[in-house]
This record gives sequence, structure tokens and C-alpha cells, in this order.
Amino acid sequence: MIRRPLKLVTAGAGGVLLAPAGVWYAAFFVAPLGFILVFSFLTSADYGGIEYTFNLGNYPQLLTHPIYLRIFLNTMGMAFSGTLLCLLVGFPLAYFLATRAGRWKNLFLVMLIVPFWTSFLTRTYAWLILLSDNGPLAHVLRQANLLHGDLGFLYTYKAVLMGVVYNYLPLMIFPLYVSLERLDKRLIEAAKDLGAGRLQTFWRITVPLTTPGILTGCLLVFIPLTGEYVIPAILGGAKSYMIGNLIGDEFVSAHDWAFGSALGMAVIVLLMFLIAVYFRVARRATTAEMSL
Amino acid sequence: MVTARPLQKSGPADRSERMGRLFEPALRTWTALVYAFLFLPIVLVVIFSFNASRLVAVWSGFSFKWYGTAWTDPSILDALRVSLTVALVNAVLATVFGTLAAIGMQRVGRRTRTAFELMVYGTIVTPEIVIAIASLLFFVTINVDLGIPTIVITHVVYNTSIVALIVRARLVGMDRTLDEAAADLGATPLQTLWRVTIPLLYPAILAGALLAFTFSFDDFVLTFFVSGASSTTLPLRIFSMLRFGVSPVVNAIATVMLVVTLTCIFTASLIVRRHARGDAEGGLLLAAARSASQREVA
Repeated sequence: MIRRPLKLVTAGAGGVLLAPAGVWYAAFFVAPLGFILVFSFLTSADYGGIEYTFNLGNYPQLLTHPIYLRIFLNTMGMAFSGTLLCLLVGFPLAYFLATRAGRWKNLFLVMLIVPFWTSFLTRTYAWLILLSDNGPLAHVLRQANLLHGDLGFLYTYKAVLMGVVYNYLPLMIFPLYVSLERLDKRLIEAAKDLGAGRLQTFWRITVPLTTPGILTGCLLVFIPLTGEYVIPAILGGAKSYMIGNLIGDEFVSAHDWAFGSALGMAVIVLLMFLIAVYFRVARRATTAEMSL
Repeated sequence: MVTARPLQKSGPADRSERMGRLFEPALRTWTALVYAFLFLPIVLVVIFSFNASRLVAVWSGFSFKWYGTAWTDPSILDALRVSLTVALVNAVLATVFGTLAAIGMQRVGRRTRTAFELMVYGTIVTPEIVIAIASLLFFVTINVDLGIPTIVITHVVYNTSIVALIVRARLVGMDRTLDEAAADLGATPLQTLWRVTIPLLYPAILAGALLAFTFSFDDFVLTFFVSGASSTTLPLRIFSMLRFGVSPVVNAIATVMLVVTLTCIFTASLIVRRHARGDAEGGLLLAAARSASQREVA
């Protein structure tokens, strides 16, 4: 029998296999995104719905009303501080997992995944119980005479930030762990042999060599965090209102579809910009690592 | 110039040594604290779901009564039914689409593949809230009634990508000579796919299906925007109950959801671990994080 090269056997079949998913993406992902792009240039009708008259005013509205700008900045602030906090909390843990966990490593890793895979809503709700003014924490603190009156932690910026760190931490730890584990330990020993102190070794060897992991972790946390909706909706108050909540409310209660669409597009553009920046920085970091 | 001076007692080496002594216990304590932080809330929810008292903070004995209350509440049972239906149909569709797409991506030209990858990563990177409102707009504008079908349609977009990524991760490490051998022995492309490629991929496919089920069962944001009056899922029901304050019944439902999702996830990661070669430690998320970090840095 003539041996047919694999390419010939399977050529053309690929397109057929991609078709179902491709059609689905086109109809229910690309088309809806096209809709919000178009709607962002239309006029909202009163009480929801849309009028098909061209309108360039939705995007300027975003910039001219200080309240929207403030929500945007709030969201960015939350995303930055949440990401930074995840990094600060997660780095020592990832370091421990990569260098000290020994044969318990797998167990530790699985234990990181368990809370991550439990229901997102349940996890956030759990904090609502724990921190409520007559919840277990307040109860314990009152018993110990450390608290008089209410806890007053819920529905604040801090509560949302904590919920964010709680929910996003594993996304930060995994890429950190991967790059810390790959780190050549001989380089650290070499640095010590050459007289570098612990801190010096950390800043001049460990951090530069794990930059790709740090960047990936930050990206994995930052992106979903920018569109966060549930955590501020459950744990937050008026001051921790984020862009995701604003977008949602434009459709649920304000019924301003055109402006809501413009907000959605703004978030997409912002994220695309951030991802592009990430790729530039990441490329530079990897080349720096190679030249070391 | 930096030189090591091990004999000098009060130099930087000494300070470093003192720091070193503190470093290990500090690292260990920190790790313990973070794990406590991660588990404490979940454990509390489970414990208080068995609490006889109506109050959340006071323990007054063991009881199953909140499970009973939940189980006899028709609105909760309805929500459970809707959730299970959505999750199941979504899992089947996403698994078929995602698996075929993962295999197909290997067999098309570079440009088609890149375009398709853009779709897969695009659906994952785009914030849920944006997909949610875009889908809502879309359905309302083309006059589709919101309900179980619209929820499934929206869920399948995201979950197809998840399945495709997981299956693809296994496909990349797989030996393609078996496909070639099957073709050489006269199997048609369809036979090769059905009797060689898919059986080899089945652990990844199963894991992907379980994940798709879990994500859908658990989803709140997408569902919230594209559900109709008669299609309340369990997460939506929990959310609306939260507006009336914390209730032990919510604890019971949350615990049930916890058990369902954890069972699925553990089964999925067990399957992947048993069938993966080499270092598949840590299971699914690790594999996902790894492929993500390697991809994005590459």
C-alpha cells in the first residue's frame, strides 16, 4: 500500500471539525459583541430599548461626567491594589510551595485548588456571614471583650478588597509557583557564595528570574478583576461600586442600553491595551532573563 | 567590591544569619495563615448549615432541619432543576464543540489556527459582565425570549473554549503516529477520529466535560442577565435570598452546591492525573496555569 502522508489524510477535515465551535462563536460571541459596538453609537429609548438614530454622545458622556470617571478610576484602583495585594500575600506562599513543601507539595497544591473550585458565590457569601455584625467573628470578638458595638467591616472598600484577594489569590500563586520551581537553585547558592545577603539575592536573582511568572500572575488577576461584578455587589457599598456594576445597572435598572454598551466597549479597549502592554513587558523580561 | 567575610562576627553576614533564623518560621507561619484564610469561610458555612439555631453566630446543636427546609421549598427545587438542566445540556454541547475544535485546530493552516485561537482566548479574557450584557442585547434585539435556551447558549460560548484548551493540552503531548498508522491501515478520517483519536483523548474530554458542568452549575453573572422569569438557577436563587439577609437555609444550599462542584472537580482531576504522563501533579488548575504562563510568556 502506498504510504499517504498524514497531511493528505487529514487535510480539509480540520475545517469541518472547527465548524460547530466556529459557528457558535460567530453567532453568540462575535455577533453580540458587534451588537454592543453598534449600540454604543445609537440612542437609548426611554424605559429601555433603543432608537436607531446615530449618536456620538455616549463616549464623551463617559469622560465629561465626573461620576463615571471616578468609577473608572475606582475600578482601576481596586484592580491595582487587589493585584498587588495578591502578589504580596501569594509570593511567600508560592516560595514555600516551590522550595520547602517537599513531599507534601501535591497536597498543598490541591488544597489551593479546593477553595478556588468551590462556588464563587458561596465563597463570597461565606465572607458575608463571617463578617456580618452578628456573625461569628463579631461574636468571638465581643466575647473576648475586644469589640463593642458593630464590626462595621461589611459594605466597605476594605471588605471588597479582602473578597478580591480571597477569590483571586490562587490565580496569582500558580504562575508564581511554576516560575519559582523552575528557578535554578544553583544561581541562589552562587550568589550566596559570592557574598550576597539574603535580601540582595532575593532582589537581584530571585525576582528578576521569576518576572515572567509575576507578570503572568498579575495579568491573570488583573483582567477578570477589572470586570468584577459579584464581589462588590455582595460585599461592597456605594464607595466600592465598580465598572462591572455600573455596566450591569445600565441594563438592569437604568435601562440606558446605549451608554451601557459604550461602557462595555471601553472596558474591552482598556483590557486590550493592558494585554498589549503585558506582551511588550513580558517579551523584554524574557529576553533579559536569557541574557543573564 | 563585595567579598565574603565569614570570620567577622558583626558584619552583614551575621545580620543575614539572624534573618535566616527568623525566615523559616516566618515563612511557615505565613503559609499556615494563608491556608486558614482560604478555608475558614468555607468551613464555617458548612458547619453553620448544621446549626439548629436560626442565628448565624450562635451554635445551639446539630440539626438537618435547614436541609429539610430547602428540600421542601418548591422554589429551591425548581432552581435546582433548572441548574441541572442548564449544566447538563451545556456540558454536552461544550464538550462536543470543544473537543472537535481542539482536534481541528491541529489540522488547519497557521492563519486559521491563529484566528481560532483568538476566539478561544477572546472568550476567556473578555469580562463576563461584558459578554453577559452583549448577549442580553443580542437576544432582546432579535426577539428571542429569555429562558433556559438563552442561558445554555451563553454558557456554551465560554465552556467550549475551556474544553478546547484542556483537550488541546493533551493533544499537544500526544503521539500522532497512531493516527497515521490508522490511516495507513485503511481507516477513513472519520474512523480514525472516532476509533483512535477520541479514545486516546478521553481523559481530557471527560475532565473538560466535568469542568464545563461545574462552571455552568456555578455561574452567576452570565445567567443573571440572560435568564427569564421562569428560569431561576440555584446561584440566582441564593443571590435573591441574600437580599433578605443571611439565612441558615442559604448555608444548606451553599453546602450542597459545594459538594456537587467539589465532587465534579475531584473526579476530573483524578481522571487527568491517572492518565497524564509524567508530572501532572496538582491536577487541572496547575496544568491550566502552566499552559497559560508558558503560552503567554513564549
